[in-house]
Order: sequence, then C-alpha cells, then structure tokens
Amino acid sequence: MKHIVKILSLLVAISAFWIGLLQAAIVPRSYTWLLPIYFVVSLGCYDLLMVGIGLMQFPTCPQEAVLLQQDIAEAKDFFKHKGVDVGSD
Amino acid sequence: MAEEKERKGDGKHKYSIIVPTYNERLNIALIVYLIFKHLRDVDFEIIVVDDGSPDGTQEIVKQLQHLYGEDRILLRARAKKLGLGTAYIHGLKHATGDFVVIMDADLSHHPKYLPSFIKKQLETNASIVTGTRYVKGGGVHGWNLMRKLTSRGANVLAQTLLWPGVSDLTGSFRLYKKSVLEDVISSCVSKGYVFQMEMIVRATRKGYHIEEVPITFVDRVFGTSKLGGSEIVEYLKGLVYLLLTT
Repeated sequence: MKHIVKILSLLVAISAFWIGLLQAAIVPRSYTWLLPIYFVVSLGCYDLLMVGIGLMQFPTCPQEAVLLQQDIAEAKDFFKHKGVDVGSD
Repeated sequence: MAEEKERKGDGKHKYSIIVPTYNERLNIALIVYLIFKHLRDVDFEIIVVDDGSPDGTQEIVKQLQHLYGEDRILLRARAKKLGLGTAYIHGLKHATGDFVVIMDADLSHHPKYLPSFIKKQLETNASIVTGTRYVKGGGVHGWNLMRKLTSRGANVLAQTLLWPGVSDLTGSFRLYKKSVLEDVISSCVSKGYVFQMEMIVRATRKGYHIEEVPITFVDRVFGTSKLGGSEIVEYLKGLVYLLLTT
C-alpha cells in the first residue's frame, strides 16, 4: 500500500471518529468542533519539541576534524614517498 | 573447518566501493589511501566514476591504479557532469562485488567506518546498512547553529510525513547488497540529495531490512558547503513527491 494511502486512511478514520463524536454529543459540541485544531496544534508543538530536543542533543565531533587532518598528513606523506604528485588545493 | 570459514568470513564477500567524483584531485587520493588502510583483510574494489573533471582527477586515479593495481581501482569515467543517480548506475554496471558501498569523495565520509558497516551487515544480514550522523556515537563537525537547525527541522518534517524507518534520511554513506541496490535504484527518479532520500524511503517501502551505524561527518574539508533558499524549496518539493509516490 502506498504511504499516502496509509496516511489518508488514518485521516479518514480520525475524521469518522470526530464526526461520530459530533453526532453522539457525549462531549459538548463546542469542544468537539475544536478538536481538529487541537490535534493539528498538538502535532505542531510535538514536532517543534522534537526539533528543539534534537538541536540540544545534536551530536558534534570536533576531535574528528583533528583526526582527519592527521589522516590527511599521513596520506600526503605516503604519496610523496611513492612519487604520486597529489599537489594541494 | 567452521573456524576457518569464520575467520575468512570477509573473504567470501567482495565489496565494490563506488565513489562519484568531480574535481576531487586531492581528495580521491586521500580516500583511496584511507580505504586501503582500513580494509586490510577485505576483498574490495574502488570504482571511481569521474564526470570529466577538468582538474586532473583522472590522471591522479591512473597514478593510483599504477600503485595499487588496476583490479583494485577501476576508473569508469564519463564525458561530463551527469548527476549522482546515473553515476551510481554507471558504477553498478562495472561492480563485481556482491556488496556495494556508496560514499562521497570529499572526505566528509571517512573510510574508517567501512569495517563497522561490513560488521553490522554480517551480524544482521541486513540488505542495507546506512550511516547516521544523528545518533550517539555519530556526529557532525563544521556546522553552525543555523545549519544544525535546518538539518534537524528537515529531519523532523521528513519523519512526520514519511515514517522512513531511518534516523538520517539524506545521508549518502551506505552499504547495499548488490541486488538490493539494483532493485531500488531502478525505481528512483530524483536528483541530488532528494535522490538519497528516495532510495532509502523506497527501500523501506519495499520491506528491505535496513540497519544503521553511527558515523561522523566532517563537513567539506576542501571546498564550501551549499545550503540556500533554493535548496530548501527543492527539499520540500522532494518531500511532497515522496509523500505522494512512495
């Protein structure tokens, strides 16, 4: 099944539930009308939270830059001895 | 007998490492050196797909072939810049391994992670092992706050819309079973990094077993990284395309 079909089915199911709630009036209608907005806003807040958390926990590796420079020096040295002219940028 | 088979576990498999290049005269030599350094007991070949670089990349590759052997380094060049996806397809045609590794030539992908890719695949028999920069043990160096923010935002958006099953969608440091790569690549049509996203999303949709290993990514040691408004628009268009067609 295509992904979009999965998502649309999910939305249809949620909508059916919402319409059912509206008709059954278990929850006061004024609240029910606003549920889709609550849903979208919650999703947005969740995503923003995930971005924020991800940003705070973003793994960095400054030591890798140093290691890389060492590797580059090692490689250049190797090629110099083998007579391969790598030059420099 | 079983012990010997296990010791020679890597020897049963051959890894074709496809490296697309354009103006990577210095980097390609460094990459080749590092690959040979880190894959000592592994049967592999490096396939350099150069798109007619004017800076002498192909000359360097020929010198490297002289040094390491033409059976270990294959130069399969093309006349001009024809794009990443077609570079992989072109490289695939000449790959004789049963596994294919794709990686960038600019040293943002470090060959020292190749053993961990291979090990992960052997342990789990995964169809695809993809490198991720976003988990513990991985990481990025050389990105400012804005870049990290866009990366994180893009990732969260993609996770919400696509449910891709991997943590790093745009990464292009991956190990594929050759048959799996052939299957997935034939159904991809995007360009640039959206192509990388399309590959992994299509693989997820097809139900292939995908594993991740942490990698570190040192951004563009030589050269400048590009991420502007047009890239963001391209990304969003790519997301919508993947949402609707996968």
